[in-house]
Amino acid sequence: MTETDTATIRRQIVVQAPIERAFAVFTERFGDFKPREHNLLASPIAETVFEPRVGGNIVDRAEDGSECRWARILAFDPPDRVVFSWDISPQWRIETDPEQTSEVEVRFVAEGPDRTRLELEHRHINRHGPGWEGVAEGIGGDQGWPLYLDRFAALLPAG
Amino acid sequence: MEANGARDSWNALADGTRRAIVACLAERPQAVGELAAGLPVSRSAVSQHLKVLKDAGLVSERAAGTRRIYRLNPVALAALRDQLDTYWQRALSGYADAVADESIEES
Repeated sequence: MTETDTATIRRQIVVQAPIERAFAVFTERFGDFKPREHNLLASPIAETVFEPRVGGNIVDRAEDGSECRWARILAFDPPDRVVFSWDISPQWRIETDPEQTSEVEVRFVAEGPDRTRLELEHRHINRHGPGWEGVAEGIGGDQGWPLYLDRFAALLPAG
Repeated sequence: MEANGARDSWNALADGTRRAIVACLAERPQAVGELAAGLPVSRSAVSQHLKVLKDAGLVSERAAGTRRIYRLNPVALAALRDQLDTYWQRALSGYADAVADESIEES
């Protein structure tokens, strides 16, 4: 398996909006559409702010005022492209070593005056590799692993 | 291609000793000697099983001084990948809804 096969996620979606609005909704309303339960805050999340500049962050803010800066904005080129780091370890904790973070590139392509294709690429996921132990624990510990794998094996045809 | 890779992986795990090795490596990366010490099989048997697991893409190795340390990275990578894939699937679906909301507000 090459790195491209396993360490990159690609998704795309077409929306009925001009490219400028498609870009604005993605960056200004990121907190409205990202899965809300996925945050690293100890208290309930109040908002997510996508700081619109290179060197900025994506910041989750909690109701108690605490915040979590879980992404660094690496490129901000409205309305065509935005790139940010993914500083969240497989255990859903902040990863402080940039060498162990992945990155997300989002490209916007106008397919018409009111139609835009968003192409998302989350790449270098294997850079999170050294944190894999937490994923293993999350799946179920030493008893859980063989059981878990057996169940999957049972779903596949033999031979 | 991907389906074949997955099937090889699960076939490699059809063997009890190999599942035990995977369970050991799930705790921490280890060298052949450490694995053999904790299992009721010989060091050379562990090496052979590791080769099967490596060929199936389940285990990777790296040199640490004179030793080779084995780890489960690809399995965990697949789990992480699935998690992130679900995350983005849901995020983009929410994004399309947000764009649709704005279109209604502005029309």
